[in-house]
Amino acid sequence: MAKYLLLKHYRGAPPAVNEVPMDQWTPDEVEAHMQFMRDFAVRLERTGEFVDGQALSPDGAWVRYDGEGRPPVTDGPFAETKDLIAGWMVIDVDRYERAIELVGELSAAPGAGGGPIHEWLEVRPFLAAPPTITE
Amino acid sequence: MDDVELRVLVPKVLSVLVRRGADFATAEDAVQEAVLRALSAWEDDAPSDPEGWLITVSWRAFIDMARSDAARRDREVRFGSDPPTGVVPSVDDTLRLYFLCAHPDLTPSSAVALTLRAVGGLTTRQIAQAYIVPESTMAQRISRAKRTVGRAGLDRPGEVRTVMRVLYLVFNEGYSGDVDLAAEAIRLTRQLTTLAGVPEIDGLLALMLLHHARHRSRTRPDGAIVPLAEQDRSQWDTELIAAGVAILQAALAQDQLGEYQAQAAIAALHADAPRFEDTDWVQILKWYDELIRFADTPIIRLNRAVAVGEADGAPAGLAALADIDENIPRRDAVAAHLHERNGDLELAARLYASAAHNAPNLAERDHQTRQAARLNQLLRHQQ
Repeated sequence: MAKYLLLKHYRGAPPAVNEVPMDQWTPDEVEAHMQFMRDFAVRLERTGEFVDGQALSPDGAWVRYDGEGRPPVTDGPFAETKDLIAGWMVIDVDRYERAIELVGELSAAPGAGGGPIHEWLEVRPFLAAPPTITE
Repeated sequence: MDDVELRVLVPKVLSVLVRRGADFATAEDAVQEAVLRALSAWEDDAPSDPEGWLITVSWRAFIDMARSDAARRDREVRFGSDPPTGVVPSVDDTLRLYFLCAHPDLTPSSAVALTLRAVGGLTTRQIAQAYIVPESTMAQRISRAKRTVGRAGLDRPGEVRTVMRVLYLVFNEGYSGDVDLAAEAIRLTRQLTTLAGVPEIDGLLALMLLHHARHRSRTRPDGAIVPLAEQDRSQWDTELIAAGVAILQAALAQDQLGEYQAQAAIAALHADAPRFEDTDWVQILKWYDELIRFADTPIIRLNRAVAVGEADGAPAGLAALADIDENIPRRDAVAAHLHERNGDLELAARLYASAAHNAPNLAERDHQTRQAARLNQLLRHQQ
């Protein structure tokens, strides 16, 4: 009964084993990858562990406050491919070990040549509600 | 008739259906269907015999479900569509439901969900909201739990220990969603005490009541944690405390001590002190030593170190802390508190910051951040 964010991004992770940009894959390989992701989400819904999943557009901008009465400043995008956040999934599982197991399965999504990408995914626990009994 | 009065009937009605030969999984769905109908139909016009109404409606729902299932599988339905009459459910069946829903083959989250629906009578949506997951996910979790229980066989009895564990988990989840899970856990535990005479269940109920009594003073309206030493004790519910203490004393008199009774004794000693300074830490420490006999966990040893620090001074508390694994959540928070009391403010400030960094929840992180900021400001003024 703990939620985890599975984050697919490329900030600081070592390269995946099967590291070929997706636009270099065959259409069938792309389709197989997407089907794998859909199936994964459906399977987690059936096990009662799925909370949310979203993919993000690569286009983004940096925004900051620029003082009273002035519109926010925007800048960028400067994101390079290596900095992109591609998407996330939120799961609700009984144990940390189960989260790790699922991330491992997700990392086996097929890529170029039909084999697993072995990509690095980040798993981060949610900050939960405080428990009732603490002493 | 309020929602709780309706929910009390759910395990009884489910028992009637199962005893009439309905399979547990379908009967449970049928009762849920009847509950949903009752929630809208009874708003203006509650029936004179709510239990009879629920039995009739859920039996018809069961027949419909069984027929469509049979049609899918091309089988005959052997049940008549007349609702069962004249059946007075015995309390034993409800007890059996507790065991079934906390079956050892279930994962904790599945057991919690199934217990809240089949014994607690909550709707899938309410349970999903309480645990902040989509309703479809919670529905799947419950169906899956029922399949697991079905495979395991209904004849294999569960253990009272796992039932208590499930109720403890429900209570400890806190106060989110539109259903007060703590109040629901108390209701289910109180009902369980009437079905099974086990002192540990009484101990669990006492533990819940004693914590629930202090609930209002534990957080500020904005959700910030108020430590025990700073709580406004005039907000504590003295009636609940008295009820918890009475239940605990009756349980202890039966001389079958267990971990929940020991935890409740600690909570009772906290509740008994008019001011924080009046806390009987020596007695609390004795109860922690008892508790460790039943449940020797790092968390309990950590809480024991706090008690040692209060009973015998900060250096003794730090010595008790020395054996505890550094990766235990809240260890840095306890160490920070003890070092602060020992006068080592710089180390305490660093440990509070570390505790904030590793906090398992947002309220705890904010609290430890405030502690670190408070000490760092103090240190700047001292320079």
